[in-house]
Amino acid sequence: MSASPHSASTQSAPLSGAAILVQCLVEQGVEFVFGYPGGAVLPIYDELFGDAKGPGHIRHILVRHEAGAIHAAEGYARATGKPGVALVTSGPGATNAITGIADAWMDSIPLVVITGQVPTALIGTDAFQEADTIGITRHCTKHNYLVKDPADLAATIKEAFLIATTGRPGPVVIDIPKDVQIAVPSQRRALARAGAHRYAPQTVAPPEQIVEAVELIANAQAPIFYTGGGVINSGPEASRLLRQLQDITGAPVTSTLMGLGAFPSQHPDWLGMLGMHGTYEANMAMNKADVMVCIGARFDDRVTGRLDAFSPGSKKIHIDIDRSSINKTVPVDMGIVGDCGTVLAQLIEAWGNRQAQDLGEWKARIAGWRARECLAYPERSAKHPGMIMPQKAVERLYALTHQRSPIITTEVGQHQMWAAQYFGFEDPNKWLTSGGLGTMGYGLPAAIGAQLGHPDALVIDIAGEASIQMNIQELGTASQYRLPVKVFILNNEYMGMVRQWQELTYESRYSNSYSDSLPDFVRLAEAYGWKGIRIHDESELDEGIAAMLAHDGPVMVDCLVAQDANCLPMIPSGAAHTEMMLYGDTVEGTMDDEAKALV
Amino acid sequence: MKITEAASERHVLAVMVDNEPGILAKITGLFTARGYNIDSLTVADISEDHAVSRITIVTNGPPQVIDQIEAQLERLVPVHKVTDLTTAGPHVERELALIKVTGTGEKRVEALRLADIFRARPVDTTTESFIFEITGPPDKVDSFIALMRELGLVEVGRTGIVGMIRGAEGA
Ligand SMILES: Cc1ncc(C[n+]2csc(CCOP(=O)(O)OP(=O)(O)O)c2C)c(N)n1
Ligand SMILES: [Mg+2]
Repeated sequence: MSASPHSASTQSAPLSGAAILVQCLVEQGVEFVFGYPGGAVLPIYDELFGDAKGPGHIRHILVRHEAGAIHAAEGYARATGKPGVALVTSGPGATNAITGIADAWMDSIPLVVITGQVPTALIGTDAFQEADTIGITRHCTKHNYLVKDPADLAATIKEAFLIATTGRPGPVVIDIPKDVQIAVPSQRRALARAGAHRYAPQTVAPPEQIVEAVELIANAQAPIFYTGGGVINSGPEASRLLRQLQDITGAPVTSTLMGLGAFPSQHPDWLGMLGMHGTYEANMAMNKADVMVCIGARFDDRVTGRLDAFSPGSKKIHIDIDRSSINKTVPVDMGIVGDCGTVLAQLIEAWGNRQAQDLGEWKARIAGWRARECLAYPERSAKHPGMIMPQKAVERLYALTHQRSPIITTEVGQHQMWAAQYFGFEDPNKWLTSGGLGTMGYGLPAAIGAQLGHPDALVIDIAGEASIQMNIQELGTASQYRLPVKVFILNNEYMGMVRQWQELTYESRYSNSYSDSLPDFVRLAEAYGWKGIRIHDESELDEGIAAMLAHDGPVMVDCLVAQDANCLPMIPSGAAHTEMMLYGDTVEGTMDDEAKALV
Repeated sequence: MKITEAASERHVLAVMVDNEPGILAKITGLFTARGYNIDSLTVADISEDHAVSRITIVTNGPPQVIDQIEAQLERLVPVHKVTDLTTAGPHVERELALIKVTGTGEKRVEALRLADIFRARPVDTTTESFIFEITGPPDKVDSFIALMRELGLVEVGRTGIVGMIRGAEGA
């Protein structure tokens, strides 16, 4: 094996499986592979070593834990719209990657994950570092492959990228036994099972549905657009078209957690996020709307609240590229299967130069709900009046950074919801968060991936002190690749979201939700070669943020915030959109078993 | 705390799939992961080049769940087509069973007489046992087995059903 993968693209010299893999990745335009080596992928690592010398080579980003590799690939994918690629070894390498793969599956993030496997002859013998990766990932991938013949590799990789990136995107795993990486196939086979009957996502909606949908929207007195991550996944053009459709129809817009940024937060018809921690106006408008157009969202239980009380009076149109999302939990009047961007363009064209209805009355009702100022949090914490309110910290972070159009990642918990509520997004691909799986530890590696994809962008992980510890080892990755990511910890010394639920449901019995024995985050940061900053009170807040921005390397900010702040508004699980708890309501209490059983 | 269940209907689905490793695990795993029911499942390679298999699944659930099952199956990459034979119109359902019955004297004669009525064939015979082969719609097979139960039934093997739409159209 001598030829470099690039000079061999003419297919002259025979290549090993590992060399074919690297060549195919180059052909797919892969810039970064996030990975971690081990016995079962050594042949691939050796190829990458050779590749590093070639032109247009792939950069391998060595993470510190395979979970970090997958989340970094997700962050890269979400921030750039390109597929993320990860490479891990067999056994523990693959099992460490599972959470991230499941995360990408839930949030429809295009990933191609390459896992090493024990040699084919040893499969099934409980060999050293053998795990049934295909079995384990079967239900958290869009598709997966075990490649047993190197002749199938090239075609498999090609199909894997196609499947990961088209239709409803998602993770695809390619499991490659070590002997297949080493063997030199005499030929390259096309996949026996290819063709349109196998995989052909429907992207264009039937014209008659479009006509009917336009009719419904045009005649609505109280329309609403409820948009989701599908608009982001469809590409920036879909966000532009959403704005255009909104402009000609005048309908107010709300979005799921995953869809933030598709519609500009500074627009007067933006209602804010909906659902469990959504705004009062968004949830009330959903409840009272007469026509609801769901675009690339999936009626998640965090969004709908109690199903039988969800938007009871509306005609519902659901646009989604995945037919199984339609009528899954909420029956709709019209399910349109198609790509969000394509269908939005179809709707705009069919709308033509119609005049929008006068929605004055509807907008006036919305203004009434807005006047409730549901995000106006108490100025001071009751228990710690001297501490920074976490909402305030996010507001200031937003105020001091939004001109730079930063990319924000988050961990999972209250801080994530506060970030969604108080940070505004004007563009897609700027907001990276783990929505469906809710994976603590997502934010730091995702920020690393996003920073690699956008080297000049300001990338900030808004974190909680508990979550950040779940993938804290990735501080080392950022140091190694000189990535100037910022981690902004809202340190409330609690798993705040857990504490809040314990207050709500278990009469404030805080079982194991206190973040005891925290590290000194400033010194921890410094130990990894980061800059560490601590913000104790409000007088230091702006200054601390400015210092974070002024430093051109990675910075970790430990922002001490009030421990007792709760994240409101909130629709308790199993309640209707009209039954929101707002600031000023009593949070402490208990619930019956029916309510306790809800997540 | 009460656990609720909705009323079910029975549906027969014909699923055409790429004949690749793991496809059966994908499909059965989808049913268990999402809490759907499988009453019976048959699978065999049906194409000349062994590239395509036909899986017949008998399932039950409320109409909305049946619709989800079909959509979720269609979402799997190796699945080409899902046909709901129950909603597609009149269709034929057949199942094959092997039924072992032991007995002597009057019971043995009666078993053979009933087998004749049901057009079940003895495919193995000893002086004190028969194996009958019966083919038919599942309820016919059910009735035959119920009768044999009283006449010395020892063992039953059933294939689960295969089905096909009546008329000239293919699924
Ligand atoms: C991997 C994982 N384990 C457990 C949970 C459950 N969980 C959700 S939020 C949360 C607390 C997070 O605490 P912190 O990071 O400090 O955020 P805060 O809510 O305090 O802002 C926990 C434990 C989870 N989402 N992910
Ligand atoms: Mg916390």
